[in-house]
Amino acid sequence: MGYPFQPHLRETTLLSRYFGDAGARTLAGWKERGGYRALEQALGMSPADIVNVVKESGLRGRGGAGFPTGMKWSFMKPGDGKPHYMLCNADESEPGTFKDREIMRWTPHALIEGCAIGAHAIGAEVSYIYIRGEFTEPLRIMDAAVREAYAAGILGKNAMGTGKRVDLHLHRGAGAYICGEETAMMNSLEGRRGNPRIKPPFPAVAGLFGLPTTINNVETLGAVPLILNEGAAWYKAFSLSSPKSTGTKLFSVCGNIARPGNYEVVLGFPFKEFLYELCGGPPPGRRFKAVIPGGSSVPIQTMDEAEATAMDYEGFVAQGSMLGSGGVIVYDDSQCMVKHIARLARFYAHESCAQCTQCREGTAWVTKILERIEQGGGTTSDLDTLLELSEQMTGKTICVLSDSCAAPIVSGIQKFRHEFEAHINGKRCPMGTTAAA
Amino acid sequence: MSDANRESTTAEYSPVLAGPARRELDDILTRYPTKMAALLPALWIVQRERGWVSTDSMAEVALALDLTPAYVKGVVTFYTMYHQHPVGRYFVQVCTTSPCGACGAEDVVEALLEGTGCGELGVTSPDGKFTVIEAECLGACGFATPVMINDEFIESVTPPRVSELLAQLR
Repeated sequence: MGYPFQPHLRETTLLSRYFGDAGARTLAGWKERGGYRALEQALGMSPADIVNVVKESGLRGRGGAGFPTGMKWSFMKPGDGKPHYMLCNADESEPGTFKDREIMRWTPHALIEGCAIGAHAIGAEVSYIYIRGEFTEPLRIMDAAVREAYAAGILGKNAMGTGKRVDLHLHRGAGAYICGEETAMMNSLEGRRGNPRIKPPFPAVAGLFGLPTTINNVETLGAVPLILNEGAAWYKAFSLSSPKSTGTKLFSVCGNIARPGNYEVVLGFPFKEFLYELCGGPPPGRRFKAVIPGGSSVPIQTMDEAEATAMDYEGFVAQGSMLGSGGVIVYDDSQCMVKHIARLARFYAHESCAQCTQCREGTAWVTKILERIEQGGGTTSDLDTLLELSEQMTGKTICVLSDSCAAPIVSGIQKFRHEFEAHINGKRCPMGTTAAA
Repeated sequence: MSDANRESTTAEYSPVLAGPARRELDDILTRYPTKMAALLPALWIVQRERGWVSTDSMAEVALALDLTPAYVKGVVTFYTMYHQHPVGRYFVQVCTTSPCGACGAEDVVEALLEGTGCGELGVTSPDGKFTVIEAECLGACGFATPVMINDEFIESVTPPRVSELLAQLR
C-alpha cells in the first residue's frame, strides 16, 4: 500500500512510486526523478507517432469506461484548422475512489507532463484540468506545480524551447458529482449548469466550446510519460490475465478492511489475494460479506464472485461486475446491505442533474422505497417495484447516472434478497442499524 | 424592482470585483475563449472575499461577464459549494456516503453537531462560529471519515478527534 505506508511487496509501483515522497512535488525534484524527459521526446515526435505508441501499449481509460486511449486520441484530426482542447478529468467523485487525489498530491508534474504529451498528440495548444471543488489540497499543489512549469518554460508559448504552444490551466469545480461525466464537465467549464449533453456529437467532433476535445482521466494521463519513456512493449508486458488489459492500475480500497488505501497492481492480479494478503483481510473478528469493486456505480459482488476475479476489465465483467474506476468498497458481516444500498441511492438522487425524467423521478423514488424497507415499513411488492423502476432507469437517459443508481439495487436484490426479505418480514432492520418504524 | 429599490441596493452594495480581485478575474479571462467560462472562477472569488454569494454579487458577476443575473443564479444554484446565504465562520462538511457510513461517519456527525452547538445539520451555531452539513463523497474514502473545515481537509476523523479539532478553533 502506498502513502502513508510502505508499498506491499506484491505491488508494482509505477504511478505510485513517489507517493509520500514530498521531494517529487517540486520541478527540481521531479526532474531528478526523470521527469519531463518524456515530454521533451514527445514534442520532437509527430502526433501520429505518439498516438501509435499509446495504441500499441494497450493503455485504456482509467476513469471508468475503459476506452482505449490511443484510439480516443486518433479520433482527433490535427491540422483541421480548428483549435483543439485537452481536458483532464480530475473531478474524482465516484464513491470509493480516491486515487487521482493521491496522484495530484504527490506527483503533480506527472499529470502536467501527461497532459502536455496528450495535448500535443491530439493537436491541442490548450489543456484544462478540471479539479473537483472539494480537493483544496490537490488544487494548491497542482497550482504550485503549474506555476513552476510556466516559470521554467516547460509550459507556455515556446514549450521547452520547441516553438510549440503548450498552455495548461486548472479549473475548479464547485460541488457536483455529475460534472465527472465528460459532457457535463464541458458544460461546467464553459460556465453553465453541469447538465450532460446528448451524444452525438461526440467530444472529438464538437466538445469544449463546440470544438474537438479529448477528455482523459488523471490516472490515464499519469501513465503516458512512463509509456513514452520505457516504450509500448514494456508497458504492454504488464498483464496477468486478459491480453486486452495491460499496465498497472491503482485500486482505492475502503470500507470494512484491515488496511484501506491505494494499491497499485498489474492488471489481472488475483482479487482474492489482493483483498486478504495486500489489504490484510477483514477487520479483526469479522468476515467479508460483499464488495463493490469499481466505484459505487458498478454491480455488487458476492465474496464467491470477488474471490474468483482476475482484476482487469474482462475479469470483473466475468464475475458479475465491472472494473470501473477501481474504487473497491468492502462491507463486512456487521453491515446491513439494505442500508448501504439505500444510502447509495440517496447519493444518486442528490446528484441527479434532473434533466431526464427516468433519473430525476427514478432516483428519488427508489430512495424512498429503499429507506422505507430499511426502516421496517416495506412490503413484498416493493422489491418488484424497485426492479421495475431500475429497468426504466437503465439505458434510457442522456448519461449513465441513473443506470449507476440502478446497478447496486438490481445486483443487491439479486444477490442479497434474503436481507431485503428479512427487513420486510420482520418489519425492522435485523442488523439493528435503524429502529423499527 | 422599482428604481428607488435599485438605487438603495446599489448604494449599500460595494463591489467585490474591484482592485486586486478585478485584476485576478482579468487574468482568469485570458485563459478561456469566452467570458462565460470565467463564471465558476468569478463566483469562487466572490465567495472567498464575502463568505457567500449574495443576489447582489450574482448581479455584479453577471455584469462583469456579459451575462444576466438570472443566468448566474441558475448556475449558482446548480452547484452545492456556493453558499446562497451567510454561513458560520467555520463551515464543516462531513462525508456520510456509504463507505464512510460503514466506518462510523454517523457518529462523527453527531459529535460535531453536539460539539459545535449546532444541534442540527445546516443550522449555524448560536455563536455564529459553525455550520455543519453532510457532504456526498469527499473522495477520501480510505481515510474515513474525512471532514472539511472551510478549505482545510482533515482525514480519519473519529468522535474523540472531533473535540480536539473544535478546541483548536475556539
